[in-house]
Amino acid sequence: MSTDVVPGVVAVTLVSLATLVIGTWGLRISRTTSDFFVASRTVRPRLNASAIGGEYLSAASFLGVAGLLLTFGAEMLWYPIGWTAGYLVLLVLVAAPLRRSGAYTLPDFAEARLGSRGVRKLCSVLVVGIGWLYLLPQFQGAGVTLRSTIGAPTWAGSLVVAVVVLASVSPGGMRSITFVQAFQYWLKLTALLIPVFVLLAVWMADGAADPAAAAPASWSIPLASPGGGIGLYTTYSLIIATFLGTMGLPHVVVRFYTNPDGRAARRTTLAVLGLLGIFYVLPPVYAALGRIYAPSLVDGRSDVLVLELPSLMVGGALGAVLTGLVTAGAFAAFLSTSSGLTIAVAGVLSQDVTGRRWGSRRLGGVAAFRVAAAIAVVVPLLMSLPAQDVAVARTVGLAFAVTASTFAPLLMLGIWWRGLTPVGAVAGLLVGGLGSGFAVAWTLATSPSAGWASALLSQPAAWSVPASFCTMVVVSRLTRATVPAHAGRFMVRLHTPEAVELQR
Amino acid sequence: MSDQPPPRVRVTGPPRRRADVVRPVGTREIDAETALGEVFMRSLLREQLFLALRVLAALGLTLGLLPLLFHLFPSLGDARVGQMPLAWLLLGVLAYPWLVLLGWFYIRRAEDHERDFADLVGSVGSADPEDEP
Repeated sequence: MSTDVVPGVVAVTLVSLATLVIGTWGLRISRTTSDFFVASRTVRPRLNASAIGGEYLSAASFLGVAGLLLTFGAEMLWYPIGWTAGYLVLLVLVAAPLRRSGAYTLPDFAEARLGSRGVRKLCSVLVVGIGWLYLLPQFQGAGVTLRSTIGAPTWAGSLVVAVVVLASVSPGGMRSITFVQAFQYWLKLTALLIPVFVLLAVWMADGAADPAAAAPASWSIPLASPGGGIGLYTTYSLIIATFLGTMGLPHVVVRFYTNPDGRAARRTTLAVLGLLGIFYVLPPVYAALGRIYAPSLVDGRSDVLVLELPSLMVGGALGAVLTGLVTAGAFAAFLSTSSGLTIAVAGVLSQDVTGRRWGSRRLGGVAAFRVAAAIAVVVPLLMSLPAQDVAVARTVGLAFAVTASTFAPLLMLGIWWRGLTPVGAVAGLLVGGLGSGFAVAWTLATSPSAGWASALLSQPAAWSVPASFCTMVVVSRLTRATVPAHAGRFMVRLHTPEAVELQR
Repeated sequence: MSDQPPPRVRVTGPPRRRADVVRPVGTREIDAETALGEVFMRSLLREQLFLALRVLAALGLTLGLLPLLFHLFPSLGDARVGQMPLAWLLLGVLAYPWLVLLGWFYIRRAEDHERDFADLVGSVGSADPEDEP
């Protein structure tokens, strides 16, 4: 047991150290306030794309996708495809206008577009809720990782990530975070890519057995079980949630603000598409090899597939090194996504909750941010303790359903339709948020069952997204007298290319 | 000390105004929100929106139809290309270059539109071609 622990401990320590070193180095070149919050809006597309990739590829992508593919087969390929295609939808509908809007967070965008503090507050609540829902699986994944690699109790891994994230976001600084996140993308890619070559070589040497032969026939059909009408509904609902949900993720939007202008925002998004595409080709390889070499993981423990496959296929020192590598990648995944989310949630909390006056006392800016960061981490940490057995990628999928039913309609209508009113936006956010939120709570609280009711609640996007859109449009038409006076002016700013010099 | 946080200051991009340049008439039409400026903006907005919808349609008619195809023709589940099951090849590998290609096409066309728009706005009413930005 004691020698098994070594690669995991070394990997976790090295990743934490590298994160702190790069972060500190980045802090040294952060000089101004603008550096601190938005990296002076000068991050070039390639670096920014790596940073977005690093922040975006979470535990769900690194561990969860391979595990789901191992168990359920091709139907789960829709998760990585949706998480990538979401950036294409973001590119064509949102990227450049969102950058040109000058909004730093989603509540900022809502307030600027609609001129209403009420909409802003509702958006803040949603950002916090979505952030917590997304942090939950990160902490769960960390628990699973440390249990698998060093035999620690599940809560220990969650606690370690929570503490490291809190320690690293408090000094903060967008410029240094950019370097850290970019480094973590390439670390995650390397950590999956190098073992793949070794494992494929082992597989070839063993006679290249067919993974599909070791699996049921449904493993090669990209339709959710149990197939039929329910399978079709579930699959399309997942597609809607992931394709539209990406644009509303709070930690992604902040990164777009660090682009110099709208044109760079587009180029960044295209680069992200490429980086994610390269990464997501790898988990299916692990899943296919897992069918041959790790059949015992199929039921119940599939989330640890990526971590345990190297040692199952390759013994000795090489196996230990590869295990260390994938452990490092997994740990980087928890750290980068959790830090990004914590910053996004804490930013909103510090503006709207901890920065307010409570009685006669009022916290200063930095103190308010630190208290907010602590709240942002502790709540999902407590939530993660009882819910340890939910598949990591599925919980993240639920977060996408909520963003797709709330922020996606707000952004798309806000950017392309002049007629959106504050009342319409609030009504749509409430319908989409409450509908999908209820479905998520139901799914997390109960055990899965068969039938239409369960399918409709476990994949709500196919009904909650249209409901939210329709509500926004209909209520906005009913209250058309309250279209903000500056709407036309704001639309001009969103869509005017930088080459045209308008007065601001 | 008020309860409300101070209003947000938005920074929308690099400085866009150069004091020494005579601004083209088209730009002023948009700034003044005249009928002509309105026509410029609406046409740009419509072009960009239709472009986005075309890309999304291409996405929907390719990737989006796959679940339906596999639902209608379950035998596709047994189809193989070389050693690989068809579904794994399409969804695990080929989907990603296709997404990048769509994104590349979109950026090219969107920037074409914006360049045309800038030329149009810059040329309206400017007697002297040196006025163009």
